[in-house]
Amino acid sequence: MPRINDVGGQDGFGPVVEELDEPPFHADWEAHVLAMNRALIGRDIYNLDEFRDAVERTMSHESSYYENWFRAIRTLLEEKGVV
Amino acid sequence: MSDDHDDSPIAARVRELEAILEEKGLLDARELDQVLEAFAHKASPANGFRVVARAWVDDGFKARLLENANEALPELGLSMGGGLQVQRLHVVENTAQVHNVIVCTLCSCYPLSLLGPSPTWYKSPAYRSKVVSHPREVLAQFGLTLPESTEIQVWDANAESRYMVLPRRPANTEDLTEAELAAKVTRNGLIGTAAV
Repeated sequence: MPRINDVGGQDGFGPVVEELDEPPFHADWEAHVLAMNRALIGRDIYNLDEFRDAVERTMSHESSYYENWFRAIRTLLEEKGVV
Repeated sequence: MSDDHDDSPIAARVRELEAILEEKGLLDARELDQVLEAFAHKASPANGFRVVARAWVDDGFKARLLENANEALPELGLSMGGGLQVQRLHVVENTAQVHNVIVCTLCSCYPLSLLGPSPTWYKSPAYRSKVVSHPREVLAQFGLTLPESTEIQVWDANAESRYMVLPRRPANTEDLTEAELAAKVTRNGLIGTAAV
């Protein structure tokens, strides 16, 4: 599967929608995903570049931002035999 | 954080993974709380607002900020470090001729420590794809209509480099204190999707 993560200049993603007074996280689990990722990187379970790579190769435009993060974390942990 | 009763499937899956990692001794709940607390304290748009207000009142600081932002930030007790990686910050100044706007077309690179957590629209494929090809149209969607004579410069961030816009100081603000000026600045102004 080609990895064209740089979407600059592409068409077809619809209008930009701004959510007024958007909170930093929309649900508690999103904050947990962010914290979990920082903690795992802090413990050298994987590094930031591995995480970025995992997001890019597993991401779906159908999923939300933190859903994509969670999929990437799971993928890395599985690949490394942690879970 | 341990009192999480969200019963959506994704919340349950996150809790399940957390439990596994805790059992393996790779995480503990208190650690997650500490990470989040540190993140919430450090990453705030109020930091960016202070930087802009100082640049508006102090030409020397402004010159140092535009020349080398990473070296100027400590003057306000701020830095680009403390996160997962220290990034180089470029502050780009709006003028009567040029308006700047920032994006990360690849993912979501953003100066978190100065702007706080990024909004969903900044991370959306819609914004990332369109602001580089049709910046004027995107800015208009945010209610920012610029004269045709104003040049728009779009800055694409990456893993090592981040950008922040220095908006133009609003008219009739000569009598305001630095703190009052900081209160005029908005998060979108620092991204470039608002004038200030």
